[in-house]
Amino acid sequence: MSALQVAGVVEAGELSLDVELEVGPDETVAVLGPNGAGKTTLLRAISGLRPLTSGVVRLDGRVLDEPTSRTWVPPEDRSVGVVFQDLLLFPFLNVTDNVAFGLEAAGLGRAAARTASTTWLERFGLGDRAKDSVRDLSGGESQRVAVARALAPVPRALLLDEPLSSLDADVRATVRRQLRGHLAQHSGPCIVVTHDPLDAAILADRVVVLEAGRITAAGSLSDLVARPRTAWAAELAGTNLLPATAIGQRLVTADGGELISADVPDPGPALVAIRPASVTLHLTHPEGSARNVWPAIVAEVEGFGDRFRIRVEGSVALVAEVTAGAVDELGLVPGRDVWASVKATDVSAYPA
Amino acid sequence: MRRLSRGTTALAVVGAVALTVLIVVPVAALILRAPWSSAADILAEPANRTALRLSVVVSLWSLALSICLGLPIAWLLARVQFPGRRVLRALVTLPMVLPPVVGGVALLVAFGRRGLVGQWLDRWFDVQLAFTTTAAVLAATFVSLPFFVVTVEAALRGVDQRYEDAARTLGARPLTVLRRVTLPAIRSSLVAGAALAWARALGEFGATITFAGSFEGRTQTMPLAINAALDADPRGAILLSLVLLLLAVMVLSSLRDRWMGSA
Repeated sequence: MSALQVAGVVEAGELSLDVELEVGPDETVAVLGPNGAGKTTLLRAISGLRPLTSGVVRLDGRVLDEPTSRTWVPPEDRSVGVVFQDLLLFPFLNVTDNVAFGLEAAGLGRAAARTASTTWLERFGLGDRAKDSVRDLSGGESQRVAVARALAPVPRALLLDEPLSSLDADVRATVRRQLRGHLAQHSGPCIVVTHDPLDAAILADRVVVLEAGRITAAGSLSDLVARPRTAWAAELAGTNLLPATAIGQRLVTADGGELISADVPDPGPALVAIRPASVTLHLTHPEGSARNVWPAIVAEVEGFGDRFRIRVEGSVALVAEVTAGAVDELGLVPGRDVWASVKATDVSAYPA
Repeated sequence: MRRLSRGTTALAVVGAVALTVLIVVPVAALILRAPWSSAADILAEPANRTALRLSVVVSLWSLALSICLGLPIAWLLARVQFPGRRVLRALVTLPMVLPPVVGGVALLVAFGRRGLVGQWLDRWFDVQLAFTTTAAVLAATFVSLPFFVVTVEAALRGVDQRYEDAARTLGARPLTVLRRVTLPAIRSSLVAGAALAWARALGEFGATITFAGSFEGRTQTMPLAINAALDADPRGAILLSLVLLLLAVMVLSSLRDRWMGSA
């Protein structure tokens, strides 16, 4: 049985969010998606900061929002903890009182709330920061205070909005690992909104992709990377995605190119994913075991580190990843005629 | 040094002359003509002490009323969409531009003994407002309330409401959010609005003398006492004026950090 269930529509100006999402007890789901996809709106709908236009939000069997039955539980009565993107620590309260805030709101006396807050801070390795102003905290410390503040009232569900985006890159990995430990203190459904697949990989059990207000993919992160369903997901996975039509083992791409795959998808509309590193470029027609060989023209060359991404155009247009040495040796510059090849086993094909 | 253009020089001269004639000379005169040697005696005179005490009492009551009434009004204007909001805002700020004596006349015809409402207060409850200390408080509040409302409303509009959202997800009810998040966030504007309203109440003259009269010990606050003393005891009037000047300077300096710190 799912603990948190959202099946609803939110009309928010330009954006129309229409999702169905279920999160089990003790399950952490990452919601991945580009900016403006409606990720934050989804969290606001669950936490009660934005009413649904239609549909239902349910938590542990209790209806929190259902316009048809005129049910709407205000945020303070939902027991849904939120870690906001900008953290939003109260600047006029010190660290202890920030974490004690939710406990006091729940009716605990100030002294008892502070004692409990101190316990949380010690658990999060912030015992020595208890009396400090939140303005004096580092990014990582602020983030931990925000998580402690959200967890202290023991919410039934926990929502995190881009929990690591406010951090510098050099501390992000450490904080991400710590956050994983801290999330273990929460028992109940948890949603992490992010645009970084690494967050999803480390923090979540399952991934949902949200694009333009719709869920475009759901499953494990490895599945998402191996079989992306949208251009955004393919870019995220760093792979080529080609819409095609499956006819037996042959896949005819939209541009009329043909590929052979070791997979045999059902006949009809299919998607083809090819990792850039498995594409080989040659100056002459290669003689080898690769089943897919086609003439192409180098369109764009982009270096990153000691690797180069070469976009080629031809009957099958895609990106190949080659070493700097290969770029030199083959003289890969825009306009260069090459042969591209990829093994049938490296062509992943699945129904669209 | 950069040479100033002729236009700038002309403006500077006009400004300096205006400042001198309108502010520096009058204030200097007040200070120079003050009877410093007998200051303590004059202030100790029962009539002056009474006026000072009454002014403090009336202005503080008025401040309390401004805060209690002004906060809900400011909240309404800043946060609630309702028809007639613009009308309400215009009404609240009207006393800022209305001649105080007109306010006094309006209060009198409303709450005076034979006024629109006053006649019923008199008949049913045997309550007469006009020419009482309460009337002085009402007159002072009438003119000073807008200063508090305008300052606080602007601050409420500027509050980052995401902090209020965060507080609600932590289980805080709306009143708790107001007390623990919103009001602390606008603390400096609350102080500024209160200081302005208090200063305005302290200096109130026109509406008070019209609606409350000038009765020693009851409605004769400092400005009224100064006016009354001007013929008979000009030295006392000057000294009391200096006291008000001093209070005004104190209010200004308390606001300086908030309003002029970065100017």
